[in-house]
Amino acid sequence: MLSLLILIPLAFLLLMNFLTLKGRRLAFAVVMALSFFQIYAVFCPAIMANRPLHGLASVFDFMLAVDGLSRIMLLCIAIVIFVALLVAAPFVKEEDKRFYFAGLMILELMGLNGVVMVRDIFSMYVFWEVAAAASFILIALQKKRDPLEGAFKYLIFSSVATVFVLSAIAIILLISGDTSFAAIREALRVSPHSFLITLAVGIFLAGLFMKAGVMPFHGYLPDAYASAPAPVSILLAGVVTKTLGVYTAMRIVIDIFGFSASLQSILFCIGLISAIFGALAAMGQKDLKRLLAYSSISQVGYIFLGFGCGTPLGIAAAIFHIFNHTVFKSLLFVNAAAVEDRTGSLDMGRMSGLASKMPVTGTTSVLASLSASGVPPLAGFWSKLFIVLALWQCGHYGVAVTAVMASLLTLAYMLLFQRSVFFGTLEKGLEGVVEAGFGLTLPAVILAVLIVGVGIFFPYLVRTVIFPVVYP
Amino acid sequence: MALNIDIVVLFLMALSALWTVMTRSLLRSAIGLALTSAMLTILMFRLHAPLAAVFELSVCSGLISVVFIATISLTQPMSQEKVLQHMRDRLERFWYLPILLILTGIVLSFLNFKFNLILPVPEIEKDPRIVLWNQRPLDLLGQIIMLLTGAFGIVILFREAKKK
Repeated sequence: MLSLLILIPLAFLLLMNFLTLKGRRLAFAVVMALSFFQIYAVFCPAIMANRPLHGLASVFDFMLAVDGLSRIMLLCIAIVIFVALLVAAPFVKEEDKRFYFAGLMILELMGLNGVVMVRDIFSMYVFWEVAAAASFILIALQKKRDPLEGAFKYLIFSSVATVFVLSAIAIILLISGDTSFAAIREALRVSPHSFLITLAVGIFLAGLFMKAGVMPFHGYLPDAYASAPAPVSILLAGVVTKTLGVYTAMRIVIDIFGFSASLQSILFCIGLISAIFGALAAMGQKDLKRLLAYSSISQVGYIFLGFGCGTPLGIAAAIFHIFNHTVFKSLLFVNAAAVEDRTGSLDMGRMSGLASKMPVTGTTSVLASLSASGVPPLAGFWSKLFIVLALWQCGHYGVAVTAVMASLLTLAYMLLFQRSVFFGTLEKGLEGVVEAGFGLTLPAVILAVLIVGVGIFFPYLVRTVIFPVVYP
Repeated sequence: MALNIDIVVLFLMALSALWTVMTRSLLRSAIGLALTSAMLTILMFRLHAPLAAVFELSVCSGLISVVFIATISLTQPMSQEKVLQHMRDRLERFWYLPILLILTGIVLSFLNFKFNLILPVPEIEKDPRIVLWNQRPLDLLGQIIMLLTGAFGIVILFREAKKK
């Protein structure tokens, strides 16, 4: 009964609008309950089995399906929505704005869930647009100059990506006469129109690379992440770009196009450029959220490097790194939100020594930074190790060595960030700073526990969760 | 002859699209968009996709234009001086766009692609009710969610502006 993951949020969204003003205060609790339900659903075989419905219920029997990759994405979406809601409390204060924020989070949840579960290329596009539209509005929520500019840039890039993806869908429809994944794969296999197929794959991937914000398609990403309200930055970096860009690219390559030597070269090329230049660009940033935005570009490059191998190990490593990146990048954005909340600034040049005043934020940010840099035994180390091993295994030694170098660059900019913000002597004027509130420390602690827990229990998780995705 | 009409309509569509992005008035831009949509409608009719054409005409050319014009009426017009400055900036930045468009058209017409594709069955031959309710119910659900997103967007981004 996978439809529940779209229908229940929709029902709650409609019901919420009939609540009285006092009742609307429950909106945040409703969205949190929805994210908990989604976490439960991911581990509930009865919901994930998607048995056919009969009688009146058959109206809601949509063509949805999940596999290991989809389940990990559904889990990431639920975790990030929960964290973003906890973080939103100090940043979205007006009563009516909180209600609309909760509504938009439900819409985002439905859009992302739809993208993850559909097995039809046009339906995927429809839910893709739902998630993108909800994101534009969330970025512009504060209606100030910078967020509006960030939202506008995201809208323009997203529209170009949409044109690319829709054109590719049109070409695919012309060749295959159908839009379901299985039918397209079969039609492309026997089709004589190799030029058209190459064209469709090329422009489809270009659109998805724009959505993923990888280099050189990243123009909008730093502005969108930096200007959005803190909870929205967490949402964008945690799951939106990853679902709309990275997951969709993985899904269409695995389920439709399949791997080829030229496709692998493109993925390696995009992965390497993003991993290296994203890290180099992050080093030059003074704004904390912009640094994290460039760091995201670099880490998504890593995901494409693992996926580009096309081997089960490479795909498993990429999926594992998606999960890890969701967790440590969400945590770093939560830390940035805490710093912004307490100091009123994100300028790294104007703060230092904050760890003594904000011990929870400081400690959790160290864990997230080390995980992002691939330091053992934290979660990020294992996924990066797997990516390098997968590259080595498939004979791309140069790419593997470059990936290790990019990881050193990550360590360098993360250490610079730690030294600028949390270590050293306390900056004048910050003596009165105290630890962030419960709404910002609780999600930070939960995410930090996940980072450490996944790292320590990796041997168990790799057998029970990661490898079954690619070795069913 | 039929191909010539298509090319003329296509050219007019490109022209109205260019006018939409180049004009200095938001209201004219909205009208240009409606015009572009109307041209696309004609093309869709000529390409034997009457259902798509009807949707394009009613939703994109009609409904969306009304929403745009209603939204524009909530905004403050710029001063004449600023408008002229914007116009000059836009011309300086985008003067090459029409030339690029025409050149691309000429190059593509010389390449003369022929793929001998068997087009899918036009939707008109199927019952639209079956297509919408039985074959694509998920898309309908997606459209409903999209409309809700749009409604939320308008309320959040424009309601306060109206109050002011």
